[in-house]
Amino acid sequence: MTAPGTPSQTVGPYLSIGLSWAEGPAVVAADTPGAVWLRGEIRDGDGAVVKDALVETWQADPDGRFHTPGFRGLGRCPTGDDGRYAIRTVKPGVVADQAPHLAVSVFARGLLHRVVTRVYFADEAAANAADPVLARVPGERRGTLIAEQSADGYRFDIILQGPDETVFFAL
Amino acid sequence: MTSPHPPLLSPGYKSTVLRAPRQAPILLPHTLTELTGPVLGEGPVAAADADLTRDGGGEAQGQRIVVHGQVRDADGRPVPDTLLEVWQANAAGRYRHKWDGHDAPLDPHFAGVGRTMTDAQGHYRFVTVKPGAYPWGNHPNAWRPAHIHFSLFGRAFTQRLVTQMYFPDDPLFAYDPIYHSVPEFARDRLVAGFDLSATVESWALGFRFDIVLTGAAATPMETR
Ligand SMILES: [Fe+2]
Repeated sequence: MTAPGTPSQTVGPYLSIGLSWAEGPAVVAADTPGAVWLRGEIRDGDGAVVKDALVETWQADPDGRFHTPGFRGLGRCPTGDDGRYAIRTVKPGVVADQAPHLAVSVFARGLLHRVVTRVYFADEAAANAADPVLARVPGERRGTLIAEQSADGYRFDIILQGPDETVFFAL
Repeated sequence: MTSPHPPLLSPGYKSTVLRAPRQAPILLPHTLTELTGPVLGEGPVAAADADLTRDGGGEAQGQRIVVHGQVRDADGRPVPDTLLEVWQANAAGRYRHKWDGHDAPLDPHFAGVGRTMTDAQGHYRFVTVKPGAYPWGNHPNAWRPAHIHFSLFGRAFTQRLVTQMYFPDDPLFAYDPIYHSVPEFARDRLVAGFDLSATVESWALGFRFDIVLTGAAATPMETR
């Protein structure tokens, strides 16, 4: 049996023409209480930075709700020449039995399909320990899904390939 | 069921070799996070964004075309009110991007980006020019078949799709590793059909490209 669906294709090297929005990185306004920067870099299997990628985040609001009026929930940032991205957001609330998390899609030249991962937060250790999705991830790789606290928010690097490869999910 | 999507590691497309993850992905249960997705409304889109041929106060060069179609889910239901973004090379095969060094002219009246929302029945339509084929460095004498890049959100995180639309009967299909990365049974899903009914007499040719987004979505009642 073959499945329905339009096949995925790569965004190619010129994705920023179509997919960069001036307001993309701003999930929330700068003066929002609890606003933080989620920053990181994307690297390939040789450790080289990936400068033609796009990071997209999707999340609940601080009360753990989706589609709250006035809360877009979507963050979007192409990587720059240094392979870095930055998204200004607020930490989401608890969604059902899950620890606070963001859903992440990464698109890039050389990725024929997006790769999907999640951001959890290092300062939510107790909630992370009880999270049913993290529980599916082998302990030694769980750290790749935890954003570390930084000067202005959190740091979350994405390693596409190699010994420190980020955990990616199949939907 | 056999997936219609290309494998991430498709060595004929060289850039996949160092970018495709090597560990098997972990199956993610569908929670409310995955079953919901951005509802963008009309906010990011103006009506003029569906016409790519009128940038910079003049008309783009090239073969004017209408591209339209319907966005549906795996059960055949229309996907209304979803954002569709497109980008492409100009008629000469050149992107307006700092890294595109192809020796072909830029067009001051073609930026190569468009946006529109699907209507209540999942239909979309935009006006552009047929993009040119362009060379790339993947292998000797490599040329991409003419294509338009598409990005769609659908109704849930599970349905997010980025793809490329091709034109019928392109002789470059036979040599293109990106087109060939798709399982053979699904390749023709990426090829628009010539559509005489969408052709505007004495003005533009018409092509139809329907898109099917797979992946479960919550009903609006479930998302609060
Ligand atoms: Fe392209």
